[in-house]
Amino acid sequence: MEKFTKMTAIAVPLDRANVDTDAIIPKQFLKSIKRSGFGPNLFDEWRYKDHGEPGMDNSKRPINPDFILNKSRYANARILLARDNFGCGSSREHAPWALEDYGIRVIIAPSFADIFYNNCFKNGLLPIILPETMIDELFATVAANEGFQLTVDLEQQKITSESSSVANIDISFELDKFRRHCLLEGLDEIGLTLGHAEDIRAYEKKQKEITPWLY
Amino acid sequence: MSAKTLYDKLWDSHVVRENDDGTSLLYIDRQLIHEVTSPQAFEGLRMANRRPWKLTANLATPDHNVPTTDREKGIADPISKLQVDTLDSNCDSFGITEFKMDDIRQGIVHVVSPEQGATLPGMTLVCGDSHTSTHGAFGTLAFGIGTSEVEHVLATQCLIQKKSKNMRVEVNGQLNAGVTAKDVILAIIGKIGTAGGTGFAIEFAGDAIRSLSMEGRMTISNMAIEAGARAGMIAVDDTTIEYVKGRPYSPKEEHWSQAVEYWRNFYSDADAEFDKTVILDAADIKPQVTWGTSPEMTIAIDETIPDPEMELDPVKQEGMKAALKYMGLTAGKPISEVSVDVVFIGSCTNSRIEDIRAAAEVVKGKKVSSTITQAIIVPGSGLIKQQAEKEGLDKIFLETGFEWREPGCSMCLAMNADRLEPQQRCASTSNRNFEGRQGQGGRTHLVSPAMAAAAAIAGHFINIKEV
Ligand code: SF4
Repeated sequence: MEKFTKMTAIAVPLDRANVDTDAIIPKQFLKSIKRSGFGPNLFDEWRYKDHGEPGMDNSKRPINPDFILNKSRYANARILLARDNFGCGSSREHAPWALEDYGIRVIIAPSFADIFYNNCFKNGLLPIILPETMIDELFATVAANEGFQLTVDLEQQKITSESSSVANIDISFELDKFRRHCLLEGLDEIGLTLGHAEDIRAYEKKQKEITPWLY
Repeated sequence: MSAKTLYDKLWDSHVVRENDDGTSLLYIDRQLIHEVTSPQAFEGLRMANRRPWKLTANLATPDHNVPTTDREKGIADPISKLQVDTLDSNCDSFGITEFKMDDIRQGIVHVVSPEQGATLPGMTLVCGDSHTSTHGAFGTLAFGIGTSEVEHVLATQCLIQKKSKNMRVEVNGQLNAGVTAKDVILAIIGKIGTAGGTGFAIEFAGDAIRSLSMEGRMTISNMAIEAGARAGMIAVDDTTIEYVKGRPYSPKEEHWSQAVEYWRNFYSDADAEFDKTVILDAADIKPQVTWGTSPEMTIAIDETIPDPEMELDPVKQEGMKAALKYMGLTAGKPISEVSVDVVFIGSCTNSRIEDIRAAAEVVKGKKVSSTITQAIIVPGSGLIKQQAEKEGLDKIFLETGFEWREPGCSMCLAMNADRLEPQQRCASTSNRNFEGRQGQGGRTHLVSPAMAAAAAIAGHFINIKEV
């Protein structure tokens, strides 16, 4: 997993609540047996005017100019500003894979759906939860200032703005210690768990007495 | 010892170790595997040179991509075929039991596992699929996971988890005639919202829940995830134990009484505390129809489509407007005047024998309305299909104009060939009415099997009592 420490980038504001994983990556793209290559189909139904299918040449498809990711000012965005309950719906890990493949590393929202939130950390994505009022402010600031960049520092757990000309942003965010540690180090969770193999065996031995039909 | 909830008991009995940061290493008794969320997990195992920790804990079957017609011809779409073939070869090479496409036991994972007795009370069960919550109906801690976690469970039989909060949803009293488990869960989601259960493990309780069959209970737990909760449980009782008895994966004679005694512990202690409690009166619940693009956008069959202007929250108001536009509906119209093009009875929510019987009872001796383009029934498993055919239900459907299909996910998410055309309106017994879920531009209304069957006959939504 790729480490995440600190990043400065443009944030793209996606002003919709309840963005579900079907919208993030439509199901026809789930047929792939690989982990990569989902980026061009991120938000496929909103980004393009036609119906997307795997194997199409995405550079030749008609794009929807009204969709926020297609606006040139957000072309290099690596931070996604979102609304309530982002990532609800199916458990597909293809959603974080698609975001990551597109280039997004941070998602800031007032709330996330549980499974999606979890899946982010397994793929080097940092989901940040902030109070609604702060999110509103971020949306307003980003919309009002073209080229505006945010700096997300995981070590310090801070979001700041480096451009001095506009509103000074200085926000702290909370994050689970273990998740922060894994992201900062880019750790493989399976390896960590296998380090406790003795504990797992001891648990199985004990359970075999209590629920022998499972063993 | 202090009083515990059902969820506390399930959790505590599976903690392998507690980490300093509040997470726990949780032991997983059963993992279900299907073709969509597993290939990258197997690939990961291979790349790291790891083996499955406990082979017998896993059970696999393809469901999302399988065709529901002409099975002998195989899968036409080469990408779908590759995914199913990849599951077959992964299971073969690692030695995992799989009910392949031509096996009578094949079907939707969440239907197959309970049917086989692979879902048992008191266990932890996971699957790379959000509707894994279904299995909570057995007093089981069951939740959906992502592909990295599928790999984690394969390699270690464990997951690193943080405990959720406890929520209790009580439905008290007796359900009215014609009101089914599907209407109950839609009414619950309508009340608490699609994010109402986020961060919670829900226990469904109350006499209206108790009185449901296991099929009905599975319909309830299945949609816990649509209320934002990863897990939705129901306490173990006689109904649970009766259902489990004698199934292929259930405990055999020598362990049966020990198992029953153990399972009987899985209920919430009388004085256990919940972080949140929601109470509904069963008598208030009427047959439901969703009108929008989120399961919380639900109304009773005798209501009119709500007006966004009445909604004060601007974000919600926008959501309602967008939903009405997508659904091609106008506020104020009675839902019973909305006509339907397609009827789909199936999915892990409502494709069990009881669902098929309920639909058959409604359509028996009648004809599908001439305004309906397509009406299909997709049983949840090969065994259910066989059972229904034994009871002659297939004939009832075929005579009315329904199509009788092979088991799989089918039009629930349209990954195979079954899908809606843009703007087609569907009465569907599935669990998600998101934009494009059943095909790009398709319009989904979630209903119970009886309500879907009734809509097929009438050509529009109609109170089941009036058919
Ligand atoms: S039937 Fe639908 S909801 Fe259930 S597992 Fe299949 S695709 Fe998912």
